[in-house]
Amino acid sequence: MKADLSKLLQRKKKQILESWIQHQLVDETLREDLMSNEELREQSEELVNALLKSLSDKVFADADAPELEPVYEILAGISISRARQGFSPKETGLYVFSLKNALQEVLDEEAKDDPQFLYDSIKRINKLMDNLGVLTFETYIKGREEVILRQTDEITEISTPVIRVWDGILALPIIGTLDSARTQVVMENLLQEIVNTGSTIAILDISGVPAVDSLVAQHLIKTVSATRLMGAECIISGIRPEIAQTVVHLGIDLSNIVTKASLASALKYAFGLMKLDVKRIQKDIKS
Amino acid sequence: MDRIPILRMGRFLLVTIQIDLYDRLATNLESDLVQMVNKTGARGVLIDISALSIVDSFMGRILGNIGSMSKIMDAETVVVGMQPAVAITLIELGLELKGVHTALNVEKGMELLQEKIGADDLDDPDEDSAE
Amino acid sequence: MKIVLNKDAMLIVKEQDVVPFRNRVKEYAVKIGMSLVNQTKLITAASELVRNMLKYGGGGQTLIEVITQGRDSGIRLTFIDKGPGIKNIADAMKDGFSTGKSLGLGLPGTKRLVNEFDIKSVVGEGTTVTILKWKHG
Repeated sequence: MKADLSKLLQRKKKQILESWIQHQLVDETLREDLMSNEELREQSEELVNALLKSLSDKVFADADAPELEPVYEILAGISISRARQGFSPKETGLYVFSLKNALQEVLDEEAKDDPQFLYDSIKRINKLMDNLGVLTFETYIKGREEVILRQTDEITEISTPVIRVWDGILALPIIGTLDSARTQVVMENLLQEIVNTGSTIAILDISGVPAVDSLVAQHLIKTVSATRLMGAECIISGIRPEIAQTVVHLGIDLSNIVTKASLASALKYAFGLMKLDVKRIQKDIKS
Repeated sequence: MDRIPILRMGRFLLVTIQIDLYDRLATNLESDLVQMVNKTGARGVLIDISALSIVDSFMGRILGNIGSMSKIMDAETVVVGMQPAVAITLIELGLELKGVHTALNVEKGMELLQEKIGADDLDDPDEDSAE
Repeated sequence: MKIVLNKDAMLIVKEQDVVPFRNRVKEYAVKIGMSLVNQTKLITAASELVRNMLKYGGGGQTLIEVITQGRDSGIRLTFIDKGPGIKNIADAMKDGFSTGKSLGLGLPGTKRLVNEFDIKSVVGEGTTVTILKWKHG
């Protein structure tokens, strides 16, 4: 008698699910701190449902069969969310491989008296589950990479604060190397802040930038031009002697840009543009 | 044919572009504005582009044209409210909108026009041609 | 490897088609979560190329595709016209070059706005321009 593996497994769905969950619950890698048992059960049930529904002889033969798409999708979702929640790779991997055990146990019982069928079926299940395992790893890593990328974005965000130094004057101290990606973030933040605050003057302080080459200079010139297009003025301050030297040696033309040696002198210049006068209060003689 | 309305406010003309333009609409605006400057003897033109999500080289050229044409008819042009993303794109494209002044918003644009025209009576008008 | 997730075609025959085309491109860019600045660059580039297509090619076919490669995704636009073609592409890609009455910023400026730019042209048969902008480009 030739039994149909897919049908057999589909019939035994409840048993497979129970067995799988039992496997997971007794496993020491169970992370009750990260995920409740109900949640785990729900997740597992969804995956088993989708997997068993998609099964057919065709699926066992072809790992790229379109029927498997929903399974892959659910599994990818699970492993990405596990990566974000802080599960270790081992825990995430065992989650999937324990399903293999559950499937094999059910088979062991059902096909005791047909060794040939049992052998074939185990082979096919192995192949399928290995595929799912590989996918789990891949998406898990992807999830982790996303976390890293998000952190990188956050660092970029943190490292370019726009400070309102006076009513109508913004300052942006740049610390660290300026590359194209960072200039874009700096430029966007600065311009958005100009709109938000209605400031007419922006000071870009580059005293924290280790070196200025022609590319960085290009970026600075672009930032100044964009600021002017929006109707604000941009001053570059913090030009250290070394920077002045390299700029001239490289033949970079900064003559269209207002440059100042220090943030203080840039601020003074900005006050001038805004027709503000800052002066020391004369001590009242009577008091 | 669709047209962008031009409002008259004292010595100034006011244009608010509220929809994304196709080229014909932009060329019409250019000729309408020049006609209006002539008819009303306006001394300033204020164009609010805060609702424009893109300005490409054609639209940039139209804005520049309006600036230059008004200039030789003795009116100053201020473009106000350019979105940050639009400004960054224009710079990358290589367009600097020569011939027009820019301001952050309508209020600041009006102040700038008042200033330019006030200064006009005393100084040579060529001195305030900023980039 | 680049994988095409979504494909959409639009015919451009008159100037008024440009605005709906730009809106369609924007829709896709928003859908994949492209930043506002990159959206603006992409749409501006698209606007330049559509204009060229109308002016020199008398309109043509456009293709909007959503692309993924690894964990990055982006939008690819293709502009196909059956116009006279461009005789010297190297010249056309130079800043300040124009046969029409424009600033000559068209092609080189457009190239600066996107991550990938490809132009093929056969004189007498037409021109095909393909641009690609990554989400985080």
